[in-house]
Amino acid sequence: MRQLLAVYRQQLKTALAEQLQYRAALIIWLIEVALGPAVSVSVWSTVARNEGGAVNGYSSAGFAAYFIATMLVNYATQTWVFWEFSRRVREGEFSPLLLRPIHPIHADLADNLAYKILMLPVITLVTLILFFAFHASIALTLANVLAFLPALVLAFALRFILEWTLALLAFWLTQVNVINQLYVVVVLFLSGQLVPLTLLPTPVQVASAWLPFQWMVAFPAELLVHRLSPPALLTGLLAQLAWLLVGLALFSLTWRLGIRRYTAVGG
Amino acid sequence: MKRNTMRDYLRLLGTFFRVSLLGELAYRANFWLQAIESLIELGTALALVSVVFTYTQSLNGWHASELLILIGTYFLIGGAINMIITPGMSRLIEQVRLGTLDYLLTKPEEAQLLVSIQRLDLWKLLDLLFGLALLVAAASWHGSWPSPLQILAFALTLLAGAIIVYSFVLFLATLSFWYVRVENILVIFESMYEAGRWPVDIYPGWLRATLTFIVPVAFAVTVPAEALTARLTWLALLGTLALAALALLVTRLFWRFAVRHYSGASS
Repeated sequence: MRQLLAVYRQQLKTALAEQLQYRAALIIWLIEVALGPAVSVSVWSTVARNEGGAVNGYSSAGFAAYFIATMLVNYATQTWVFWEFSRRVREGEFSPLLLRPIHPIHADLADNLAYKILMLPVITLVTLILFFAFHASIALTLANVLAFLPALVLAFALRFILEWTLALLAFWLTQVNVINQLYVVVVLFLSGQLVPLTLLPTPVQVASAWLPFQWMVAFPAELLVHRLSPPALLTGLLAQLAWLLVGLALFSLTWRLGIRRYTAVGG
Repeated sequence: MKRNTMRDYLRLLGTFFRVSLLGELAYRANFWLQAIESLIELGTALALVSVVFTYTQSLNGWHASELLILIGTYFLIGGAINMIITPGMSRLIEQVRLGTLDYLLTKPEEAQLLVSIQRLDLWKLLDLLFGLALLVAAASWHGSWPSPLQILAFALTLLAGAIIVYSFVLFLATLSFWYVRVENILVIFESMYEAGRWPVDIYPGWLRATLTFIVPVAFAVTVPAEALTARLTWLALLGTLALAALALLVTRLFWRFAVRHYSGASS
């Protein structure tokens, strides 16, 4: 365990040093991250104004709070390794990773955390700007922050393990971009980032309840903006745990099959 | 330098078109991948619009069919930008950095033209065609076909929008003669362009101003769509055309100034 911690510390340090070289990318990322919620809030606020102030219980200020919350949760939980994995396999970059004495998922996890630490000032700035520009209203209490934190950690674990498993498809397929793009679109809709889930058509909501995506973003975000009752909190946490177990099982199965298939090219 | 006529320019464009078609034909699978990617993007936009319009009849005065006209315009002009303008410009920035622009400047044709059409991303033509199909479908759903005058205004503003975007992007790319890291600005433009999927009048003032004058997305998408849905005033039409002419002139002068001061990078 102590050894693993030392590995993480070193990985974090390396990743931070690496990414500090690309400071200009921070600005781009700032705009990309802020634009999505700004557009969504504008669209839905306009709808709320047209319809006499509120849509399904969301006022303009409520939409602003909701989309800022999903942005924050998405920032905390997102991963991007499934865009890189195919190159790793194709160009043999995977071989040295396999030779290391610990599982390659640890390095990716450390990278992911380092990136998020680095982006913390940016996301704070974006949050403040959006908060004031769109007059969001949110009342944070100790209780909902305490409920939010475990939900966020579980959401991160769930999303990380599922998306790492998705990335492993690169062992079987050479063209994964279309699959990744489809996955991203499904996540955008069913995790509540484009539209609050309660505004989606009923069949989609029913389907979404049986899928893992809403537990990755919408659930913690709704907790933060006070849209869930205590029983819903409990159901949500249990659903997250259940999906996490499913994710771990899928991951270990896919990994074992995939690694047997992998034949290094180049290196 | 010899004097070029419009016909020479068109002949050059045809040659570049043929060369990149021959290049692309070697990778025919890319056609299908691009088709799927475009359809996913289009489907996402349409699904979102259908959700929005289950809660309202009109978005700031835009009815569903009019919003589809706007989205059609978005894909049409976005396809043109991604096919011709951005590939050439990112190539230009690369050439300035590597010093290979020297070869291009010594050719006996007008350098600005060569730079602008030197790389074509042909399969983006699909976005353009999908946009056009959506435009026709939305216009027939709209009930009354636009009058010939409206179609003329649409064509003019579309051209003006394309010219404004071209001038803007070329201006940015020309900055790379002095600053090497400009490619990041192009990425910012690409991500800001996505805000054009909605009419800019739904955005709050500061964002609308940014999308109109700092990143001219409004001229590229909203103005032509306004022309086709009979919202554009004569004054706005003339203003857009004048701005396009001015933008082209300023960029042209800046390009000539920059080329005079270009000193080559390496070897």
